[in-house]
Amino acid sequence: MPFALLKYGLSSHYPDEVDLPPPAELKSAYDVVIIGAGGHGLAIAYYLARYHGITRVAVLEKAYLGGGNTARNTAVIRSNYLTPEGVRFYGESVRLFKNLSNEFDFNIMYSERGQLTLAHTDATVRAFRQRAEVNKHFGGRTEMIDCQQIRELVPTLNLDPGHLPVLAGLWHADGATARHDAVAWGYARQAAKRGVEIHQLTEVQELIVEGGRLTAVKTNRGTVRCGCAVQAVAGHSSVLAGKAGFRLPVVSYPLQAMVTQPVKPFLDPLVSSSGLHCYVQQTSRGEVVFGGGSDPYPLYSSRSTLELKESLIAHAIEMFPFLAKAKLMRQWAGITDMTPDYSPIMGESPIENYYLDAGWGTWGFKATPICGKTMAELVATGRVPELIAPFHLERFANFQQVNEMGATAASH
Amino acid sequence: MKIMHCPLNGPRNISEFIYGGELKAMPDPAACNDREWADYVFYHDNQPGVVTEWWLHAPSSYWFLAERNTLTDEILHTFEPQDIFQQRVEFATGEPRS
Repeated sequence: MPFALLKYGLSSHYPDEVDLPPPAELKSAYDVVIIGAGGHGLAIAYYLARYHGITRVAVLEKAYLGGGNTARNTAVIRSNYLTPEGVRFYGESVRLFKNLSNEFDFNIMYSERGQLTLAHTDATVRAFRQRAEVNKHFGGRTEMIDCQQIRELVPTLNLDPGHLPVLAGLWHADGATARHDAVAWGYARQAAKRGVEIHQLTEVQELIVEGGRLTAVKTNRGTVRCGCAVQAVAGHSSVLAGKAGFRLPVVSYPLQAMVTQPVKPFLDPLVSSSGLHCYVQQTSRGEVVFGGGSDPYPLYSSRSTLELKESLIAHAIEMFPFLAKAKLMRQWAGITDMTPDYSPIMGESPIENYYLDAGWGTWGFKATPICGKTMAELVATGRVPELIAPFHLERFANFQQVNEMGATAASH
Repeated sequence: MKIMHCPLNGPRNISEFIYGGELKAMPDPAACNDREWADYVFYHDNQPGVVTEWWLHAPSSYWFLAERNTLTDEILHTFEPQDIFQQRVEFATGEPRS
């Protein structure tokens, strides 16, 4: 190794490391077409190539790689959900996240900081108790803590914000963050290495369905035939489903977030408040990220509104009053595909060889690895993995929703 | 500040209004099957472009309809439900089916 390094150091020519091969022409047919090159789509491609040996795969992206909600989420990783189905699924995702940097040979800057959710009402305290017990049952590290413990964890937090004093906290030691772009890049690089083609600026315009089966996908760069296809397009899920001829139990709302200038480290855990509809974390660069609930009405435009920004900042300042002096650096919005029960839709669709990775609302990033892995298994084997069976589209018609509203809405 | 024109109260701040979902035909709750009812309750077109939807002016509890472009957030037109509904919609279903 030292000799190779010396040789490399003395060489007059340094080989470029190619992360992604330059764009090629679309082939006329693929075994699997994945629509959407965000974290989810790329993860499915990677697990298909890595574990199932399926490499005649094209990932089609209308804009650029990881440029949608993968780049817009606030990078929270946690598994302290309420239902057994949710806790098992997201718990597995957290376990996969921990090893991603090794698997990619690329640092996703996974940082296990713990996540603290604040309760401001007795009803929330009761819900927290239930979540803590369900989590413990499935091996997660989640417990109730009192105000003294909260003060020790986050000394700068205001425990008496106006009309909503903090009563207790839900401490989730498995809570973490990672660099969301790196997750997409890591999957893309490893998938491309194994022969997966990633086509950016390739918009799917039509899905050609014949006799209940998808036969081809028409894009702005030509038509490709496919053995099967997966849609992983977040906020635009209903648009693609519409092209395939069915509707989804999804409504698309913008979600707004923002980030301050970098400041000295003061906040280690990720803090979120169920009552103030606000969550706050400090990135490894020192910037403070705020996020809140979705907009009050549906929209397909990622513009921002002053009203929502104002109320979000007001709540953030109630939690950390000294942040009133910080300057905002950036603000943005993403389009989230919200489901009625705040759980995702994964699995089969009304079209035989067309699979759904949708309904990810505000909880998509944290599920990237496990969703990719299980969806790849479904595509490769045709069997629905047990872990995602409860999230089937049919659960709405069967009235078997997986209610995660309390553990999801505005607390990420 | 975004303004919406309420057919009853005139122009008001958008924060006074609550979104009430897409306008869609309700199946007869007594006669339809579970799938039809689930389809009505949970499923939506959710397409970008001009849509007709229900809105509530919260301070006066007044429900009305609006045409809105979900790509640009332009409110094109608001109108009273009477313009579409000629008669009262009855929600009574009689005995629940077992």
